[in-house]
Amino acid sequence: MTAWLVNAAGIALIALIAWWFWLVKPAARRAEGGVVEVLVADGVYTPARIEVASGQPVRLRFLRKDPSACAEKVIFADLGVAADLPLNQPVDLTVTPPRTGEFAFTCQMQMYRGALVAR
Amino acid sequence: MTAPIPEHVTRLSVTGMHCAGCVSRVEQALKAVPGVSEANVNLGERTATVRGTASAAQLIVAVKASNYDAAELRGAEDEAKKEAAEFAHYRTLLRRFFVAAAIGFPLMVAELLGKMPMLHQPGGQVFWLGVAAATLFVLVYSGGHFFVGAWKSLRANNANMDTLIALGTGAAWLYSTSIALFPDIVPSLARHAYFEAAAVIIALINLGQALEQRARGKTSEAIKRLIGLQPKTARVVRDGQEVDVAIEQVGLDETVRVRPGEKVPVDGVIIDGHSSIDESMLTGEPMPVEKRVGDTVTGGTLNKSGSFLFQARRIGADTALARIIAMVRQAQSSKPAIGRLADRISAVFVPTVLIIAVITFLVWFNLGPAPRASFGLVATMTVLIIACPCALGLATPISIMVGVGKAAEFGILIRNGEALQQAGRLTVVVLDKTGTITAGRPTVTTLAPAAGFQETELLVLAASVEAGSEHPLAQAIVESAQQKGLALQPAIGFEAIAGHGVRARVADKTILLGNAKLMQVHGVVLNELEARAADLAAQAQTPMYLAVDQRIAGIVAVADPVKPDSKEAISRLHAAGIKVAMITGDNAATARAVAAQVGVDEVLAEVLPADKANRVSALQARGEVVGMVGDGINDAPALAQADVGFAIGTGTDVAIESADVTLMRGSLHGVADAIGVSRATVRNIKQNLFGAFVYNTLGIPIAAGALFPFTGLLLNPMIAGAAMAMSSVTVVSNANRLRFLRRAGVQRGEGAP
Repeated sequence: MTAWLVNAAGIALIALIAWWFWLVKPAARRAEGGVVEVLVADGVYTPARIEVASGQPVRLRFLRKDPSACAEKVIFADLGVAADLPLNQPVDLTVTPPRTGEFAFTCQMQMYRGALVAR
Repeated sequence: MTAPIPEHVTRLSVTGMHCAGCVSRVEQALKAVPGVSEANVNLGERTATVRGTASAAQLIVAVKASNYDAAELRGAEDEAKKEAAEFAHYRTLLRRFFVAAAIGFPLMVAELLGKMPMLHQPGGQVFWLGVAAATLFVLVYSGGHFFVGAWKSLRANNANMDTLIALGTGAAWLYSTSIALFPDIVPSLARHAYFEAAAVIIALINLGQALEQRARGKTSEAIKRLIGLQPKTARVVRDGQEVDVAIEQVGLDETVRVRPGEKVPVDGVIIDGHSSIDESMLTGEPMPVEKRVGDTVTGGTLNKSGSFLFQARRIGADTALARIIAMVRQAQSSKPAIGRLADRISAVFVPTVLIIAVITFLVWFNLGPAPRASFGLVATMTVLIIACPCALGLATPISIMVGVGKAAEFGILIRNGEALQQAGRLTVVVLDKTGTITAGRPTVTTLAPAAGFQETELLVLAASVEAGSEHPLAQAIVESAQQKGLALQPAIGFEAIAGHGVRARVADKTILLGNAKLMQVHGVVLNELEARAADLAAQAQTPMYLAVDQRIAGIVAVADPVKPDSKEAISRLHAAGIKVAMITGDNAATARAVAAQVGVDEVLAEVLPADKANRVSALQARGEVVGMVGDGINDAPALAQADVGFAIGTGTDVAIESADVTLMRGSLHGVADAIGVSRATVRNIKQNLFGAFVYNTLGIPIAAGALFPFTGLLLNPMIAGAAMAMSSVTVVSNANRLRFLRRAGVQRGEGAP
């Protein structure tokens, strides 16, 4: 009986992991004029998903609060944009998603992950 | 949620201000920017100091909107601040390590020696609960940031290495604590606590991160060295007085004094005095360059001999040095395609590991030996801990960073990681002739006087006739005479005969200077000089006959000389297995002569400027990976068309902007160096990726217990912690090896950096 329960729980857990990390997308913050501020702390960008209009330049202001070396760069690999993020100093970046779709931005090691969702 | 931005001071250099009215207009524009609490404009320095929460970019936009221009002034202190912050973080990591180690290692040793009391002994449970509390302290103090990070990323539907560490150590602690509290819920065989494992893992991971931080500091040494080139102070002339001011205080158009042995603080133009300046730090060119009034000087270069005054033309983020630093930084964080696969893997990596961990537990639980729950837990914990994907994610960027920095040390600016990767794959390098293989400035190369004439006499007569001409060849002759300190004689009745040459009267004699046709028309007999002229033409020189009163006086030959190191650089390319082609608009004979001198494999002569790009794409259509090297505006389309475009740094801005790589010194050695750095970097990336893949593909199954059925071996979670900590350190250290790269095949003393 216990064995069945443990196995069922394990399989449910696997399903949960796949669903939560791969299928659910967090709500996107909409960029409406001006600057979108992105906090870089504790392993996540906040907000991590930013909805933007495709073909329109959008200004992002990154503020890094995490002293670990992981957070020291932000890279938009598909857009060819990258910047150093000094600790506690806001850094402005203007990026223009060329078409609709998702454009990931990450740290060097891909542990910090975010995306521009261009519509 | 947005965090408040701390108030800070931004300094801008402002251009276009002339009067007090401008000052107040700029100040008002700056104060109107949201978040600005104070703005002061200094007309003398042409700078603005702004306090507030607004970013430099916002401020610059505001200044530009009021029809002035501005750039951010940033100094070396930024880097010092960054270094201080990095060091503080390093110390924090070490402190976390020591605290965790002080509790974890004694527990581990006691456990290994069998000195720990049993749970059912009198006082045993109290002892173990004490251990649980101590370990909890370690998890909170030394590992708290892992748990916070794990929770925050979990809420953002993201999983990262914090998730793995928090789950692994958290599960160990929870399991052990529940055994300590309720020993009876598991069979006695399974009553084994893993407190020491949690503490030791946290200790080792913090140690690994501290070591990684240290090693990373070294990877950015190239940037630090570049930043270190900029002096901290400048000696400016204000109100007739020379005063030392911080480099950030130097305003546009201010007059700056540089004394012997000092560094030039910013970019500008010499207005008084002359000197020789060592520019090797920027260009790699070892010979000092003579500079006089009107010549430009570059910030960061070293004044060797004289004292001079110059006018500051570019300051702050606008200087050549600042732009080089910005370019190197940008390139360091870009990624070539080789890294993309690793990126895709690391993107799905952590959730995959979580699933593998659950499967591992289920397999042990269903098929494993007793105590199944304990074995399952250990294996699961080990899988979570060993699977740090950092090494995988770090493999490419860290090598690119060191490689681009190393190239910068050789005087090669690489615009992006893609170009760094491509350069090593080139099969053909196409060289523009003029200005690339050759110096790009014609000079007098041969003086062949006829019997009864002297070399100097020949040169003086030729220069005197040509003094009034603007033809480049004529200028070369005049310059050559001036360099030798020869006095020219006045020429009268100067006449250019199109397609033939020139005629004038000098010192009462009729002088003819031109080609064989000119001599024929005037009935001048050339004698043995005709053969000499043919010889010179075959050596890519342009021979001109000189006749005095219809008597042949000799030949003045002008050529664009081949740069002294072009031949050696080309043979280095050959040694690297690369074919070398030369492209030029010049006639086939001259092109062949130059080609023979330097040893290129293929000559593309008489190519119209507009056709250069087509020739490059024709080579590409043949399946070649083409590198194009050029300096002129007419090379720009070909540079852009090539797989990798190399601009000669002494060339035009258009060429530099179209190119992927800029060679700061004029020498072709830079191409061979760039290819060398590229190959070494790509090799380094491959080593890193290989190591990281092997580590993860072998580590995870072993951690899960794949060897257990055959050998009875199950990895200790603490070993997994050590392995995981070392994997990133190994990758960073391997990338650091690139810093010791040397330039291959360069003769001693030849422009060694």
